[in-house]
Parts: sequence; structure tokens; C-alpha cells
Amino acid sequence: MEEYSDKVKDHYMHPRNTGVIENPSGEGTVGNPVCGDIMTIYINVDENDVLTDVKFSTFGCGAAIATSSMITEMAVGMTVDEAYQITRNDVAEELDGLPPIKLHCSNLAADALQAAIDNYRAKKDGEL
Amino acid sequence: MPEKLIYMDNSATSPVNPEVLEAMLPYFNEEYGNASTLYTLGVEAKKAVDKARQQVAELINAEVDEITFTSGGSESDNMIIKGVALKEKQKATEENPRNHIITSTIEHPAVLETCKFLEKFGYEVTYLPVGESGIIDLEDLENAIKDSTILISIMHSNNEIGSIQPTKEIGEIAHKHDVLFHSDAVQSAGKIPVDVKDQNIDLLSISAHKINGPKGVGAVYIKKGVYLEVLIHGGGQEKGLRSGTENVPGIVGLGKAAEIAKNNLKENMEHNRQIRDELIEKVTSTIKDSYVNGSLENRLPNNVHFRFSGIEGESLILRLDKKGINGATGSACSTHDLKGSHVLAAIGIKPALSHGSLRLSIGPENNIEDVDYIVESISEVVSYLRNISPLWDNKTDTYIGDMFEKEVDEEDLDRY
Repeated sequence: MEEYSDKVKDHYMHPRNTGVIENPSGEGTVGNPVCGDIMTIYINVDENDVLTDVKFSTFGCGAAIATSSMITEMAVGMTVDEAYQITRNDVAEELDGLPPIKLHCSNLAADALQAAIDNYRAKKDGEL
Repeated sequence: MPEKLIYMDNSATSPVNPEVLEAMLPYFNEEYGNASTLYTLGVEAKKAVDKARQQVAELINAEVDEITFTSGGSESDNMIIKGVALKEKQKATEENPRNHIITSTIEHPAVLETCKFLEKFGYEVTYLPVGESGIIDLEDLENAIKDSTILISIMHSNNEIGSIQPTKEIGEIAHKHDVLFHSDAVQSAGKIPVDVKDQNIDLLSISAHKINGPKGVGAVYIKKGVYLEVLIHGGGQEKGLRSGTENVPGIVGLGKAAEIAKNNLKENMEHNRQIRDELIEKVTSTIKDSYVNGSLENRLPNNVHFRFSGIEGESLILRLDKKGINGATGSACSTHDLKGSHVLAAIGIKPALSHGSLRLSIGPENNIEDVDYIVESISEVVSYLRNISPLWDNKTDTYIGDMFEKEVDEEDLDRY
């Protein structure tokens, strides 16, 4: 098998910010257990629209866990607008790359964060 | 790195036995002759190849001239299935196309992909289903046979879940209908008794590296009187069945490994069975929602295949590796095509659950004293992964994955 980068290994062995935020500002789940990966990202946002806390829970391979962990570190301190711009590529680059076969299938963290932000915005706009 | 390595992936490959290595070494740079040459060096190489042929024949109760060496299990399967297919098609008539092959849904890819390849060239293939124990139904088999059936290819035992097929009965049915019976015995030879005469087998595939021999060498057994079309043409080695200069060190290694496996078969089976049963007992009693995939009865003594709800196999394997334990998983992430195990699907395990599988395959080097450490490690890793999994409810300590399952949609497919 193609080896993961040291940074990916560090993040899947020692994932940061795991867990659930009770009553979060927003949460988003993407993926499908049938396909082997699913992740939920929880966010707390302050009155200036800045992400103060980001947590995740993930069922998936090493890359799925590492990308979830990575994005929680990247997103804290950003505004929701900034965080929404984080792409799958940004996450992979921050991890010093992913094996090509994992770039698409297990790189869902950016989508999960966007889903959490969509949820936050919908709540804020009173849609939920 | 962990202090010691507990290697329990012997069905993937196995370490070369030191005696095997020692037997091979002279054939690299001392007895390096081409077995087809006339001078002493070549004659010695030929003798070594013939001795290995005898050793392999004895392992499976075949005659010495019924053994042909190949590059391994995959070549053996290809050689036999394609060789029979091409041979039999020459006997096709207007009434009988002689193009039908029966196999099972849980074969090794070397068989399944070969069959799919033949389908592109006008062959018809029946893929027999298996029950949850991973064993075919003999009635299904007999019902699938028709006039055009030329070959039944059913594995001796399964590489993932270790289920052992009723080869003797399969062979009886095949012969009753004048059909050839091939069995891929890569996981069985040297692990359980394989007897081509008693088990009514016409064609058999074996591989050296699964039985503490070297990689890159295997053999086929072709019963006297059975003829295959040749696939590899050239200098006519192996009685013209498989050209190419003989891999003498490899063949010597296979022979030695076969001899050792035969001599130690009974005690190895007992050794493996003890470790397997203790693993099953301790894992299923200490870890919640843990199961054994496949049959507990008709199962290789060296195979156990666990399933843990709510976790994914690759992350399980990676974390166990950090603890010095090497095993395999049926998770999609472990496969080249990311599709997940076709074997677990065939025995009715839902994809969402099949991802959380762990195969431990035991070899002669494993120690029963390590079982407690292995179980403790698995338990710790499973707990950790469940703790960070959205499919596991930590408050109630239960699996809640069913509510997340969706039809696989275009967005999912797009990712692959």
C-alpha cells in the first residue's frame, strides 16, 4: 500500500478535537456508511461569526480520520465565510498530500464543514 | 515501533521457513544451472526440480508427473481455466458450444476475473451463490450443469472467511456429468488435508508463499488424461505445458515448504486451531457487538474473521499495526478498487458492517501466549474507534449506523 505522509499518520493516530458539541451553532454530516466513510462536524460560532470550537466524529479509514482532524484545526479562528472556502485540496495540502486513491473517496471533511456552516446559517436565518 | 511483531496475516503471505531458505540458497549462485542443459550443473538443477515435484505431489497425493510448476496461484488458476476453456471449445458442435463454466461468487479474483475475461469471448459462466456459512449448495451445483458445461471451478477453501467446500461431493457430481473439476487450493494445501484422489479433484492450484515458501512460485496438478491448451509458449519446459526457464531456487523452495507442511500438518492444524478458538472465545466474550464471519464448523483451523459494528477496517488495521499486530480487513479501503469484500457481500453481510472486519490468519510462528495481548489490543482499538464514530452511540454504547444508511447515489459514486 502507498504510505501516508507523517502528518496524516500523526492525525489518524492522534486525532484532534474529536467528540460531540452539545447544542452546537451548527452541525453537518456527509458520507455513507455503505461506502465506508461518514463524518459529522459540529461548530460553535461567536457573535462575530468566528468559529470558536470545531469537533468531529468520523467512521472511516485513516485518511478520513486525518482529514476530519485536520480541518478542525484549520477552521478554528476563521470566520464562517472564510471556513466555507476551505476546499478538499486545501485539507490534503495541509496534510502534505494524500495517496491519489484517497483524494476523492475519503476527503469529505471540507464538505462536512460546509454542511455544518449551511446548518448554522439556516438556523440563524430562522429557517430551522 | 512496538517491541515485537505479531504477524497474523499468513493467508496474505507468510515468512519463508529458515529450512526452506537454506534449501534454496545454493541454487542462486552455486547450482545455478539451467535445468534444460546437458552438463553436470544443468543435470543437478534438473534433479532438484524433480525432487521438488515429488515433494509437491506427496503433499496432495498426486503422481509426480501430474505436477507442473508455475509462478504462483494466480497463474495456476489462469492456466487451468483458460487452458480448459480453449481446449474444450475446439470440441464445440452446432448442438453443443462447450463453453459453460460453473464457479462460485466467493472465488479468489484470479478465478473470478479469469471467468469474466472468458465471458468477453463467448463463454458462459454461472456464479453459484453461497449461504451465510460461505459454502455452496450441492443441489444448486447439480442444477447448474448442462450439456455445454466444461468445467466446475470451486475453491478448496476461502481466502477471506476460511470456509471449506465439500470438494469430494463436488467432484462426484462433476464426474457424474463428465465435467472437469478444478479447485483453487492456495489456502488449503499445507493447512488441511488436500488429497486429489480422495477428493475427486482433476485440476488444482497451489502457491508456495502461503506455506512458508518463497513468493513467485506455485504449481498446478493436472490429472493424468486431462489436457489443457497451452498458454505460455516457448522452449517447451514443463513438458511443453509451461515454457520458460525453470525458477529452480523457487521450485526447490516450494518443494521443501510442501515437505515440511506435509510432515507437520497434524500438529500445525492443532496449534492453529487452539489459537483460533481462544481468539474467538476471548474476542466475542469481551468486545460488545463482535461477531465471527462465516462458518464455525467447516473452517480452516488457521482462519478467524471478526466483525465489529461501528468501525472501519483500515483505521483498525493501522492502529493495530502501531501495537505490533498485523492482520487484514475486508474494508473497501483495503482493496485496489475500493469496492469492499465480495465474499462478505456474498454471505449476506451488509456493506456498512463489512467495513468493520478483521481477518487474523495464523501460522506456525504464532504463539498462544500472545492471544491475551492481541485481544486486549483489539478491544482497546475498537473502543477508541467507536468513541469517535458517528455510527456508535457512546451514551448507550450501541450501534446506530442503520439510521445513516442511504442508497449509494451518484454523489457517492462520483467519489470513487
